[in-house]
Amino acid sequence: MATPTQKPSSPRQQLGQIVHLGLSSFLNTHHKEFSSKFQILRPSESKFPLNQFFTAEAQNTQAAICSGGFKLSADILRHLPSLRLIVATTSGLNNIDLSECRKRGISVINAGNIYSADVADLAVGMVIDLMRKISAGNRFVKTGLWPKQGDYLLGSKLGGKQVGIVGLGSIGVEVAKRLEAFGCKISYYSRKKKPCVSYTFYSNIHELASVSDILVICCALTEQTRHLINREVLLTLGKEGLIVNIARGAIIDEKELVRCLLQREIAGAGLDVFEHEPRVPQELFGLDNVVLSPHFAVYTEGASRHLEEHLIGNLEAFFSNRPLLSPVLDDE
Amino acid sequence: MAEDETPEVQQLPEIIVLGPPVVFETYEKEFCSKFRILRPWESTLPLSEFLLAHAQNTNAALCSGYFLLSTAVLRHLPSLRLVVTTSAGVDHIDLSECRRRQISVANASTLFSADVADLAVGLLLNVMRQISAANRLVKNGLWPKTGDYPFGSKLGGKKVGIVGLGSIGLEVAKRLEAFGCIISYHSREKKSFVLYPFYRDILELAAISDVLVICCALTKQTRHLIDREVLLALGKKGFIVNIARGPIIDENELVLCLQQGLIAGAGLEVFENEPHVPEALFSLNNVVLSPHSAAFTMESLWDSYEITSGNLEAFFSNKPLLSPVLDK
Repeated sequence: MATPTQKPSSPRQQLGQIVHLGLSSFLNTHHKEFSSKFQILRPSESKFPLNQFFTAEAQNTQAAICSGGFKLSADILRHLPSLRLIVATTSGLNNIDLSECRKRGISVINAGNIYSADVADLAVGMVIDLMRKISAGNRFVKTGLWPKQGDYLLGSKLGGKQVGIVGLGSIGVEVAKRLEAFGCKISYYSRKKKPCVSYTFYSNIHELASVSDILVICCALTEQTRHLINREVLLTLGKEGLIVNIARGAIIDEKELVRCLLQREIAGAGLDVFEHEPRVPQELFGLDNVVLSPHFAVYTEGASRHLEEHLIGNLEAFFSNRPLLSPVLDDE
Repeated sequence: MAEDETPEVQQLPEIIVLGPPVVFETYEKEFCSKFRILRPWESTLPLSEFLLAHAQNTNAALCSGYFLLSTAVLRHLPSLRLVVTTSAGVDHIDLSECRRRQISVANASTLFSADVADLAVGLLLNVMRQISAANRLVKNGLWPKTGDYPFGSKLGGKKVGIVGLGSIGLEVAKRLEAFGCIISYHSREKKSFVLYPFYRDILELAAISDVLVICCALTKQTRHLIDREVLLALGKKGFIVNIARGPIIDENELVLCLQQGLIAGAGLEVFENEPHVPEALFSLNNVVLSPHSAAFTMESLWDSYEITSGNLEAFFSNKPLLSPVLDK
């Protein structure tokens, strides 16, 4: 446990200095471990505006931990002139100005695939919930309706259904593997066809939507994928079609999604992410065929441990001039 | 009933429908095109009187999984030679009386196994990852206010104990393996074709498991198989899912354990006294309830029609039954 030192500078100066950008309950919970290994600057706890804080405190800071909600813009990067390494707590990097990082020679590491299994588990859990009306059935029983209405909720069989995975990265592959065990047929849409994969590839999102019963969005948010799922794609998915999004809200045109759900142009949706979190379109609140969650796909007890290893491992390596544990991304 | 019967209908083989089962209600027209139907629920007579008046010569019965086909009812059907139940379970049928009278019994066989297994896994995911609870939280507008949501439980690496490795249990095992779960099982006997570790003692299985999934038939031996001792062995971090039959778990004890936090959560599709569910469970966020509908997907209902009418047709044409449980 770190104890306050009498000499104001020596022991602390030996600890590598990191600026923590954004808010992270994880870092709060693991405060002790981090503080014993690094000197952490927390601009979010300062009363000064960000850039003022950086100018005063972080001119020599070489490393940053960036949380998912923090917009790491070119302007901010300009106020951190000594930055050499950014370690993101997320797999997604859409909140970071990657081209500015590239220009400045700043290495960026993301969380890689530490969350992939847990995120895939939630995606599949939502697919089954929608197909078999689990949340709706739970509410039906808990409001005392079963003895009164005696209704059974007719669900839809999973086996034989066509699942279209949008983005066959590490999460997409885990989703595919799981749904195959239920007898689903997997196809995918990706920037490029993946070698060594037996699933059917579609280079056109509309084609994938037209053959699919269920679309699962697993890709990164980039300029190309923003509003990739628009009204046309949703209409092509069709009145019996379901969509699950555990990636980033902005990949789907949220206004159009809401409209399609209200007009029953698609059969249902499972959403862990939204365009303006934590704001969720209230029109969805009354829909039994929609399952919502508060962007929590990564939050399991296992993921927490992996994140700690990822952050501490990479930062310790950086400050000891050892090779980093995770690959540096040169292209999102 | 018999008033409007055409000569064609009168030629059709006669069956008595008991329940009535959902598949009969859904495909009534189709059944009527193949069989002449006795409908006791439409009569004002009590069942025994109806049977005495109309079913003394009836050879075949189509029975729902909910209908208690007891010795008493069977005695009122002296000409019965075949019972076709729409369910996979046969615990509602007096099998020893059927055996004694050489009445054949056919069930749904493995028809529903995949769908039931899908729901078992769906319930487990829902409980462990708090899907229904989170859905309610967001829809009550609480997300912006409560900040971070508490941790869910990871599936990968968890030890799953399957109670009853029949056709449903095997389908559950196959699915959960894809999530990285480690499978063990308890069964009457070790299965030679399976590599999962076998536990003859349910307490041992519960002690090493993070999750128990109940997939066995309800028999005298399995009634209240899951009692307080087993639940305590499963432990504070343990989850239980039941898609088999309510009475396999001691429901009162289960409710107590959940209320006292002695197990982590439960996903329940079946109950001791359906459709009545202990109200104490209604307010528990770590409990997910389903109104015994696992078998009912649109696709399986059609499959159910095909297998039940197929069994009846086979019987009337003296051909082998499609899915016999008891055959004379």
